[in-house]
Amino acid sequence: MMDAIPTPVIVISVGLAATLAFIGLNALVLVYLERKVAGFIQRRPGPYEVGPQGILQPVADALKLVGKQLFTPRGADGILYWLAPMISIAPTLVCFLVIPFGPHLQIINSNVGLILILAFTGVNVLALCIAGWSSQNKFALLGAARDISQSVAYEIPLLLSVLPIIFITGSFNLFDIASRQGAWPWQWYVTYQPVAFVIFFICALAETNRNPFDLPEAESELTAGFHTEYSGMGFGMFFLAEYAYMVIASCVTAILFLGGFQGPVASGWWWFLAKVYILLLIIIWIRWTYPRVRFDQLLNICWKWLIPLAVLNLLVTLLVIAL
Amino acid sequence: MIVQKFRDTLMGLWSLLVGLKVTAVNFASPEVTVHYPRQVVPSLEGYRGHIELVPSSDNPQKSRCIACNTCVRTCPGACISLTASKPKKKEAESKDSAGSESGEKPKAKKEKPELESFVLDFNYCCLCGLCVQNCPTDALGFSNDVYLAGTGRQDFVFDLLARLQSQSAKTEQ
Repeated sequence: MMDAIPTPVIVISVGLAATLAFIGLNALVLVYLERKVAGFIQRRPGPYEVGPQGILQPVADALKLVGKQLFTPRGADGILYWLAPMISIAPTLVCFLVIPFGPHLQIINSNVGLILILAFTGVNVLALCIAGWSSQNKFALLGAARDISQSVAYEIPLLLSVLPIIFITGSFNLFDIASRQGAWPWQWYVTYQPVAFVIFFICALAETNRNPFDLPEAESELTAGFHTEYSGMGFGMFFLAEYAYMVIASCVTAILFLGGFQGPVASGWWWFLAKVYILLLIIIWIRWTYPRVRFDQLLNICWKWLIPLAVLNLLVTLLVIAL
Repeated sequence: MIVQKFRDTLMGLWSLLVGLKVTAVNFASPEVTVHYPRQVVPSLEGYRGHIELVPSSDNPQKSRCIACNTCVRTCPGACISLTASKPKKKEAESKDSAGSESGEKPKAKKEKPELESFVLDFNYCCLCGLCVQNCPTDALGFSNDVYLAGTGRQDFVFDLLARLQSQSAKTEQ
């Protein structure tokens, strides 16, 4: 029976199931972390009442979201409206397939892993665009428009800051990139490419619509931006996707710049998870520290600072490699 | 010009780090939330709750009130009503009805009017504190009853004299 099914199919199905579980579990942990960190920064306890130290709060929230009515607003494009959350969450599954969590913990060792991730995370823009357009709501439409211009602008420095790493390693294979870096922090690419690291991290914040670049869902101006009209799991899927993209961004940052699964003692997936979670905590820390940038500031940072800096960094890297 | 721009940018980047430090310090500091049903705020001094009668220094059962009615007249919400027994001596001579004049300027021979009831209708109180300010004998103060709750209007009509007596009975125990 098992012989009839080709091995890659089994591997990918098991991998997808594991990925789904990972995404769900991560979202629960991250929601809890986010709210606890926000609480501590504001000298509050954060979630406290559901379970010991409020640890079951995300479960309660998830159950509430699942139980809510799915409501399509009048005048909305029904098909596109419900397609958008699915388009948002689906690419995240593919992205996790090529991420090397450990030396032996990778579902597909693809030669174009990095390109695959960059391409599939770009699909999210389309999802948010469809969501904003089909909601028949001015806030949603404005949020979608903002998201598109933001994503298009920040994709450029993001790619420009990835390029030096590719030139150094000569590979798009994430496993290769991770294993070429040494075990110690001074052997990681962050020491060779600190500028690229900072630019990549800023762009990752902008691409995942995180504070201080969360203009597409600016609560104070656009109620909730592109997902204003979504209820129940429609919103839940966007939420899940947002946290999944955060995890992907942290994973890619850890692989490209922080040595992936390599650590000073006992390399393995635990080092990778630790790095990813430290990056996620920094993202959360940033969210609760900075106010949102204005839209002109957002584009100025990108076009006037990040892109020229990234180009300069790339040129210097090429020069050093050529010599 | 360009130097200034770069300096501004560097200062801006530095300010970002300062901001991160501020939140990090607050993250590590102890929380200030009081988990109300399980904990209560330790010090309620300075809390301005509804007014209450201040016990006189010689007898904690009795109020300092001399029934002058100043509070009744100053109250913008007309929520205070008090009754007092008329002075026992010189009763025949006093011609006024309310006893407010006699309360304000008690003569040496006159006995003080006895406070019989002091009712506050807290529903109409705006907590302006004019009664406390204007009381000539400092017989009124703010209570620190933060956890005041009731199920109806009638729960907020307080007999302050009875409250004073029950409180002094409690403290004696």
